[in-house]
Amino acid sequence: MTALTAWLDGIGLLGPGLADWPTAARVLSGTQPWVHAPTVLPAPQALPAAERRRTGAVVKLALAAGLEAVAHAGADAATLAAVFSSSGGDGQNCDEICRTLASSERQLSPTRFHNSVHNAAAGYWGIATGATAACNALCAYDASFGAGLLEALTQVVTERSAVLLVAYDARYPEPLYGARPIPDGFGIALVLAPAPGARPLARLDVRLSEAPADTLTDAALEKLRGAIPAARSLPLLAQLARRAPGRVMIDYLDPWRIAVEVDACP
Amino acid sequence: MTPLALASYTATSALGRGLEPTLAALQAQRSGLAPCAFETVRLAMCVGEVPGVDAAPLPAALAAFECRNNRLALLALGQDGFAAAVARSAARHGAARIGVFVGTSTSGILETEQAFRRLDPVSGALPPDFRYRGAHNTFSLGAFVQRALGLRGPAVVISSACSSSAKVFASAQRAIAAGLIEAAVVGGVDSLCLTTLYGFHSLQLVSTGPCRPFDVARDGISIGEGAAFALLERPAAAAGEDSVLLLGTGESSDAYHMSSPPPDGRGAAAAMRQALAAAGLGAADIDYINLHGTATPSNDAAEAIAVGAVLGAAVPASSTKGATGHALGAAGALEAVICALALRHGFMPGGVNTAAVDAALPVSYLLGNRDARLRRVMSNSFGFGGSNCSLVLARAGAHA
Repeated sequence: MTALTAWLDGIGLLGPGLADWPTAARVLSGTQPWVHAPTVLPAPQALPAAERRRTGAVVKLALAAGLEAVAHAGADAATLAAVFSSSGGDGQNCDEICRTLASSERQLSPTRFHNSVHNAAAGYWGIATGATAACNALCAYDASFGAGLLEALTQVVTERSAVLLVAYDARYPEPLYGARPIPDGFGIALVLAPAPGARPLARLDVRLSEAPADTLTDAALEKLRGAIPAARSLPLLAQLARRAPGRVMIDYLDPWRIAVEVDACP
Repeated sequence: MTPLALASYTATSALGRGLEPTLAALQAQRSGLAPCAFETVRLAMCVGEVPGVDAAPLPAALAAFECRNNRLALLALGQDGFAAAVARSAARHGAARIGVFVGTSTSGILETEQAFRRLDPVSGALPPDFRYRGAHNTFSLGAFVQRALGLRGPAVVISSACSSSAKVFASAQRAIAAGLIEAAVVGGVDSLCLTTLYGFHSLQLVSTGPCRPFDVARDGISIGEGAAFALLERPAAAAGEDSVLLLGTGESSDAYHMSSPPPDGRGAAAAMRQALAAAGLGAADIDYINLHGTATPSNDAAEAIAVGAVLGAAVPASSTKGATGHALGAAGALEAVICALALRHGFMPGGVNTAAVDAALPVSYLLGNRDARLRRVMSNSFGFGGSNCSLVLARAGAHA
């Protein structure tokens, strides 16, 4: 296959001990040690108060990462197409619905129900930013970041317009945590464009590969990469943090990995 | 966009298993809706249940995916020679060059709902037979379809509520156009579960009787279930004139509310306009519209305004949800296949259950079937979160 090419204009990141992309860039380039701390979820100020009260962890994660990337890119959120990809959606909400349905009452809250859709974060993103372009909501289990990257790049290449990619995962409460032990919230957002903007961060050339995925040299960060599907993006982020050209292999759907050629911009 | 062929397609719903009973039910204007007797649910509503889904377990090789949703998927994949057509395409292009793009809203959540009734009384843990990856997870359907068909290319589940399996056509055509894959299995599968039955009931969006789209007295949806698939490929030179093409897709977001559309239908209109533009067509080129037509008062009103604004009030239109129920994440693919049947067999399906069309809605709503050599049709799918998708499909002979 020929490579899918896009220009990276902005990055947003939120994870354990990683408050934002500048912090993560210092950690991933080795200039600052990673200090593990629970992911801090900011209140989604962009939402009207009535909507803000209704949002759970996944929506807060996705909005925070998305807004940081859009601001970093100097882009207008209202005009961007968007791809949201998550391995599991809102686990807390799912747990409460299942408990209610297992009870004798079965009285679901309407808000819980409409928040149960996998595209809840995508829907709240539109309400928060006024974005009316195409917006997708994907899942590919552990390959959800890679699937989102491919969807975003095929949109950039065929529609010739900029796309915001947001990949995010949050912790399930017990008992679902026992079946799917994602340890904490992690959200990554990239603004990808078909041509270089005013200050692009890098050019990305993406293709499928069967070579093994890159791992991280820091054992704690490597553990994070393996534990949270959205954190499978960390080798790409580490390359970007080093501001150097190079090729990284991202986990995707067996037998495939995604090879990303990073041509960093000065 | 460059047109793609629906090289093979199939649908299973409350109307029957496969194309033949689906076509017969549409031609007889028969509804598959019946009072809800699903599982332990005792709510005053009608549902479109597929009979016999739970009659047989999945084959041993697929046992890791055991759940009602995947049983329904396998039932549908076995109809109309669909799996064999995919196998021929895989032999031609390579199994790694065929993508899987499928939509579902609730995947195997029914089995999770049931497992929560069996939590360990001491530890609170889920029972040992609980399957997160193979059943609960939203991607379960994508992994299952890929495995069942022996494919090894990119695979993804789109889960944008009721637009899910319309949007798969858009993503798949982009992946083909970008050179990521040569062909794609697209489709949607959603099955009855307590979350949607009690959830829509909590929103007071469900009719107690069979749903009546666009009726002046419409009072809510009837939930259905279904599975529909299509094989998207570049058109073969030798394709017959009755073969069906995907000409255009359009996607938009309402940016308005999680569970209701803006009353002026502007998001729906934007998706319809984009689908026309992608197809290189004007309003006069559309012969029939398969409406989203859920039968809630506000959804149908907003869609009617959008249709009036984009295509005008004269294009014959109907919702087939009175026949199938609202198959949610499977609705887009199910209704795309119904459009393919309409194109191939030369008829427009009239909307069933509807008695008196709401005269306030600017739409030429069909109550009876009408024979017509259709050239091009539009299918609308709109979902929670303000996610809109419109498709334009055509008969190859009319498009040449």
